[in-house]
Amino acid sequence: MNGLGDVAKRSISLRHDIRDDGGFFVVEALRCKECGKRYPLEARFSCEECWGPLEVAYDFSDLDAESVRRKIQAGPASIWRYADFLPFETRPRSALPTGMTPLVRADRLAERLGIRELWVKNDAANPTHSFKDRVVSVAIPKAQELGFEVVACASTGNLANAVAAHAAAAGLQSYVFVPADLEEQKILATGVYGTRLVAVRGNYDAVNRLCTQLSGERDWAFVNVNVRPYYAEGSKTVAFEVAEQLGFEAPDRVVVPIASGSLFTKIARGFEEWREVGLLDDAVPVMNGAQAEGCSPVAQAYEAERDVCQPVKPDTIAKSLAIGDPADGPYAVELARRSGGGIDAVTDDEIREGIRLLAETTGIFTETAGGVTTAVLRKLAERGDIDPDERVVLVITGEGLKTLDAVRGSFAVHEIDATTSSFEETLGLDHAAAGAV
Amino acid sequence: MAVTVKIPQQLRTVTAGEAEANVEEATTVGEVLDGLYERYDGLRDRIAEDGDLRRFVNVYVEGEDIRFLDGLDTSVEDGDEVTILPAVAGGR
Repeated sequence: MNGLGDVAKRSISLRHDIRDDGGFFVVEALRCKECGKRYPLEARFSCEECWGPLEVAYDFSDLDAESVRRKIQAGPASIWRYADFLPFETRPRSALPTGMTPLVRADRLAERLGIRELWVKNDAANPTHSFKDRVVSVAIPKAQELGFEVVACASTGNLANAVAAHAAAAGLQSYVFVPADLEEQKILATGVYGTRLVAVRGNYDAVNRLCTQLSGERDWAFVNVNVRPYYAEGSKTVAFEVAEQLGFEAPDRVVVPIASGSLFTKIARGFEEWREVGLLDDAVPVMNGAQAEGCSPVAQAYEAERDVCQPVKPDTIAKSLAIGDPADGPYAVELARRSGGGIDAVTDDEIREGIRLLAETTGIFTETAGGVTTAVLRKLAERGDIDPDERVVLVITGEGLKTLDAVRGSFAVHEIDATTSSFEETLGLDHAAAGAV
Repeated sequence: MAVTVKIPQQLRTVTAGEAEANVEEATTVGEVLDGLYERYDGLRDRIAEDGDLRRFVNVYVEGEDIRFLDGLDTSVEDGDEVTILPAVAGGR
């Protein structure tokens, strides 16, 4: 392993490497979020000294806002238009393009909730139908850059889909570890890509512990364990896209689901980086986190004004958010406080209502995590937390077809004979006169 | 009476590369760790701070996080497996 001196030398040389597209590499090192110790850009996730989590450090001082903006606008219609803000030493590429998902103006939902301006960032429009395509699109090329030939993950389902698909597209062998009780749709939508699918008898936290152990034993890239510092960077692209889609402006408030807390904190980081570079003038938005009551260690820590999250045993229909020991929980609590936002939790019934509310007012069918986020937005609106002149973004992270059980039985299906009279009788409609339009 | 402790890669620089250690005559997780501290110089400073585990160190007995049990007072039995792991990005 390189010493600190090598890292510093390497980062200086990187800053002066001009890429074939005219840009500079600005990624410097891995840095401990707790004690600041720096490490080379390798597969490592925790600090040797204090065991704190590592994150990627950049030096943006050579970036000029105007030329970066021009380059972004001329870039590919995928997350790679933001390559300057991602942790690569060679030009990244992926076989399954991710990102540039729609930002949809949601006037009917806004009206229902009494909000002036509401936008839905629909990340279900990614290749495997969740925001996890973003983190995997960064993790897999990074794993290849680091020389790995096998990728793996611990997943509550969406990550499983994404790792299996992106590994297949890249021609890498993959191992996907999931809790054995996962929704059938997510199991099927993972196995189809030819991954080695491992169903662990235990909850997500047990799967995560096992993968942390295995990452020390095997020379594999576990995307959310030993290459997690790089993987997490992919979530920043949600912020970049939202800001670009709003005409290089930040919204006033963003509502985001919290499982580990990584997406929540990295979205804010994305806005911060663009502010640092001069691409945005606005302050970081008010950040509201959303959890399910049946697994709300971060909301509980926020409510109790604690810095540390007490782990819980999850019991909620929102399985994609069912992380009882949230990796970035303390940082999520700190961000909610610092940005003037908060972290709320909603019941399983409110989650089901949230899914229906979003579907009926926007035409977007989201999975349970999106039900959590929509229900929390409704709670904030009803509580009067949202000012009338705010521009609000609701981040919808996944697709409703993955959690069909959540809506089963929530609406009537009218079965009829194939006759007009049966139709009218069953639906309680008046007889339509012949020839009427 | 012995328990087996699984040592993560991050600590193997202070255990001379050992990935596993047996500790005899310990009845609690705290005593198991004390046994390790006596054996391996520098280990205590790496995982403990002010008499408690560092914030980003997780310990499991038979796969269960000791925060769901009795913390360092969690009892251990002959043949138990104790696992020390870094919290991924800090769950503690």
